[in-house]
Amino acid sequence: MSTPIQQKEPSSFRLASTLAVAGLISGVAIVSVYEATLPTITHNKAEELKAAVFKVLPEVTEMRKYQFENNSLRFRTEEGSDDQTLYGGYNQQGAFVGYAIPSAGPGFQDTIGILYGYIPEKRKVVGMEILESRETPGLGDKIYKDLYFVSNFSDLSIDPEIVVVKKGLRDKPHEVDAITGATISSKAVVRIINEGNQRWISKIPTHGIPLPEKTGE
Amino acid sequence: MTDAALQNFLWIFISALLVNNFVLAYFLGLCPFLGVSGKLETSVRLGGATTFVLIITAICAWALNTYILPHAPYLRLISFIVVIASTVQFIEMLIKKLSPSLFRSLGIFLPLITTNCAILGLAIFATNREYGFMESFVYALGAGGGFTLALVLMAGLREETEITEVPKLIQGTAFNLIIAGILSMAFMGFAGLFNS
Amino acid sequence: MATPSSPYEEMMKGLWRDNPVFVQVLGMCPMLAVTNTAVNALAMGLATLFVLVGSSFLVSVMRSLIPKQVRISSYIIIIATFVTIIDYSLLAVFPKIHKELGAFIPLITANCLILGRQEAFASRNSVGYAVMDAIGMSVGFLFALLALGGVREILGEGALFGFNLFGPNFEPWVIMILPPGGFLTLGLILLFFNWVTERRKQAQIEYQLAEERAS
Repeated sequence: MSTPIQQKEPSSFRLASTLAVAGLISGVAIVSVYEATLPTITHNKAEELKAAVFKVLPEVTEMRKYQFENNSLRFRTEEGSDDQTLYGGYNQQGAFVGYAIPSAGPGFQDTIGILYGYIPEKRKVVGMEILESRETPGLGDKIYKDLYFVSNFSDLSIDPEIVVVKKGLRDKPHEVDAITGATISSKAVVRIINEGNQRWISKIPTHGIPLPEKTGE
Repeated sequence: MTDAALQNFLWIFISALLVNNFVLAYFLGLCPFLGVSGKLETSVRLGGATTFVLIITAICAWALNTYILPHAPYLRLISFIVVIASTVQFIEMLIKKLSPSLFRSLGIFLPLITTNCAILGLAIFATNREYGFMESFVYALGAGGGFTLALVLMAGLREETEITEVPKLIQGTAFNLIIAGILSMAFMGFAGLFNS
Repeated sequence: MATPSSPYEEMMKGLWRDNPVFVQVLGMCPMLAVTNTAVNALAMGLATLFVLVGSSFLVSVMRSLIPKQVRISSYIIIIATFVTIIDYSLLAVFPKIHKELGAFIPLITANCLILGRQEAFASRNSVGYAVMDAIGMSVGFLFALLALGGVREILGEGALFGFNLFGPNFEPWVIMILPPGGFLTLGLILLFFNWVTERRKQAQIEYQLAEERAS
């Protein structure tokens, strides 16, 4: 790597300005691409979330984002979400169906992210969708691949609390059959839902927030 | 500190150290890992330097994510890499001044910390999981510890094998990879550590 | 620097003789992390190709303008820019693949292969050569990724590119998709590569000896 000493050492100004120019061009390029792709990305995200909400609540045609603030629920119009965000589903008549509650926690390998549907009147979980998981392929990933396990959550009472039992022993309305060979992942899913319930059930109104402009019927 | 918070920190630390070891489970930091010689001392020192960079990076990433990046999320990658490059530059100067012998023994591996995927990887993971200040700190500690652990184990094993006869064909990186595979399998046993 | 070779040769060396993974042992991190299926391997390979070719092109074009003292920082800025571009592009156009590759797209920035090529080649050669070298290295990298991804997917899931190969009764070696499988498979592939290279060398030596004897 030895080159003979050529011209004089470039001044600090030259060094700094090279980096500054590089940074500037880079910045412009990045911002352009960002702006160009932003509409598509936002749209995709919204579609994904809507699809998940529709999956975990029955007969829902519309979804709204809620924010829990100052001890009450309001519609959330700002972009994005945080840990005080919930979702509500409404049917074709504009009536509130139930909540779609996000909850997350440690699983066997890594964090599991869940969205589950909850109907306050019935005090039941009516659907569960795994949003994020990195469980063991072939075993833990059955929490979303094993359709029987997922179906456990379509009519699940939350009182006194959801409990995991050995496969085949499911008897009471608040019990869930574990996945053979993936007990820990199964228990994690249930624990995450129980924690979500502990967090929200007592705080949220039974009938969500009524949609503003619908005239019923 | 509440019980739950303490448990959370503990889980993050142990998870990064053993269960989701950065090298053996996430495949980060492989260049130094595969290139490490049989010298146990060098491994510990490199691990220490890397842990230091990890902690500083984690804290800076948290600060960037909290205060600056919400206004310009697209600058995330560039700002992270600038932080990492600067931190490594800084620690190079620091070590050179405080301990020239350490500086010499680490050699080229010191500037190479910049391209160590473990550092950038940690910043990205911590961002995705929205870790707070303490969580980022504990995470970096665990990740650095896990990285050092993997390095030390590999160096130790290589020290042993350097004495034995290994067929010429396997020598080198292929051999290291096979050892790494066995180590990785062993570490898989740590999964499920917390669940009882 | 080596004797001048044609741009075509520059490109071809990256495929076997100087293969970034098997010979230079670079780019290990993504190699093992994203090769659990062949599709992921392909996506990562193409993303890396975009970044490497783009960066090499730009670095070569600007090589006389970048002072030696800040060259590494400049290369890093250029590389990070291309990676950010492909990151957002993938998120917009192929969100599923983006999710699969996850954090490893931004990690392309830390791929020593890319920085290494800028320092070793792109900064010292004309644009044409730099681009050819970049293409060759990227294709070699892609080839290595596909080899590993293919083996892992076939043995670990009984499928290739999502197509089931062996039918429902196949008991997959799940370990293949897991980290240990990655390490072991790459180790074995490297072994095989070394063996082939050794045999070629042997064949060449024998050929030369035979020629000498004949003359």
